[in-house]
Amino acid sequence: MEFGPHLMLATLEGAVTAAVLALTAAGLSLVFGVMRVVNIAHGEFFMLGAVLAWWVTQAVAGPWGFALALVIAPLLVGALAVVADVTILKRLSYDPERTIVATIGLLYILQQLTLMTYGPDARPVVAPFNTRIALPWLERGADGWALIWPWGLGTTTYKLAVIGAAAAVLCALWLFLARTRAGLVMRATQADREMATAFGVPVERVYALTFGLGAALAALAAVLIVPIQQAHYLMGADPLLLSFIVVIIGGLGSLPGTLVAAVLIGLSDGIISVFFSPTLAKILATLLVALVLVFRPQGLFGARGR
Amino acid sequence: MLRIADLRAGYGAAEVLHGVSLSVAPGEILCLMGRNGAGKTTLLRAAMGLLAPMGGAVWLGETRLDTLPAHRVPGAGLGYVPQGRRLFAGLSVAENLDVGLMAGQGGAALREEVLDFFPRLRDRLRQRAETLSGGEQQMLALARALCLGPRALLLDEPTEGLQPSMIAAIRDVVARKRTEGVAVLLVEQRLDAVLSVADRVAFLENGRLAEEMTAEALRAERTRAHRYLGV
Repeated sequence: MEFGPHLMLATLEGAVTAAVLALTAAGLSLVFGVMRVVNIAHGEFFMLGAVLAWWVTQAVAGPWGFALALVIAPLLVGALAVVADVTILKRLSYDPERTIVATIGLLYILQQLTLMTYGPDARPVVAPFNTRIALPWLERGADGWALIWPWGLGTTTYKLAVIGAAAAVLCALWLFLARTRAGLVMRATQADREMATAFGVPVERVYALTFGLGAALAALAAVLIVPIQQAHYLMGADPLLLSFIVVIIGGLGSLPGTLVAAVLIGLSDGIISVFFSPTLAKILATLLVALVLVFRPQGLFGARGR
Repeated sequence: MLRIADLRAGYGAAEVLHGVSLSVAPGEILCLMGRNGAGKTTLLRAAMGLLAPMGGAVWLGETRLDTLPAHRVPGAGLGYVPQGRRLFAGLSVAENLDVGLMAGQGGAALREEVLDFFPRLRDRLRQRAETLSGGEQQMLALARALCLGPRALLLDEPTEGLQPSMIAAIRDVVARKRTEGVAVLLVEQRLDAVLSVADRVAFLENGRLAEEMTAEALRAERTRAHRYLGV
């Protein structure tokens, strides 16, 4: 395949990564922004989403099983996160240092419990639809510009649906935060926890819901990607690392920054992985984080002095 | 109306307030004065429930506030304007007011009433709070508290660092609220400002109530204030 079609293919793969990464990182960013908690267990909520999707699609076969997984996995993982918040983080008074240690512990508990119940195997989840679509490429020949259909240049309806679904969920998240009473309460809590309390906001309840929502977003991202990747008990590490890269580059707690950085990292990861190697993509992303931390520690969209 | 009885509070194990008792009647302005570190802000924060009291009680009418969860205190009718304004910086002026409205019972009518007090804010409803001038920010801090429809107001140095026209505007609003029967506990450092609005004045010294007098008595003997203010 020539360079142009090859680049288009890599960009499409990168767009799928970016879409899922944006959802996962939005959850991490929301939790940090509102609660000031660095949730090291975020990747495990992602992994649980994928594993639950496998369980649900085993129990209910066909497209309805997958549709059910899209609802059940985020709800269950969100509920688990609320329980973790109330039983662990609240008892630590949401202290930033102690919650890091606590969420590291939570990471291992969730991971090992999954190993004990689900096992060590990577298991596939069948996509509800997966029609292959050949994509055209514009090429100049002897008779001028013409559409050609290069061999191998194509995608699937499912991958396009993943991009569309992630975009729709992120739009809904933005509308929720910007236009609803609950979103206003969350943003007020993010701005000043004590003043929010002084104006009647039950901050601990807001924290529990935020932690649940962040985890549910990660689980939803995992359900969307699991037909492409497979479910495995160690699959949380990569999304966690990439999510941290995204939220640091975008600015901790900034949703627009998270989205821009997810697109940047997702596309570059896809393109560099196709043309060079996935390892080089990770090296460059980590290098970019280092540069951001040195020259713009608040991230691209973060507020200075947070 | 607002009654603080033998209130003790502090930070960690360090007690800052050592049993302070005060009361403010409906439609009365009680000014709280004292040197830096005397415990004025600590008293207001403890009354709001933002600092867990070590002892004593806070009553607003028949409601005991110190046993309520902190987020239920504003709903009981106690409004707070903190030192340094502490607006919700990333939120617009309208959203800051909406947060105040959510805890009260007032709704859109109260919001209009509050905006009538501060016409400058009406012109800036979509502007982010952090981009307002210092005086406008202070107006917003007071407007946000008024959106609760409070029965009592705690004001922590609301005119600090403001130009005279802004000070006059804020003083007028506080005076109007007094005529509506709102009890006001005002922390203020400037004696002239205190004497222009206060009905009574209380002096805090090292976390204890040192003296309480009418504003009239203080006007007649201003030098008594110097002992507690160190001026």
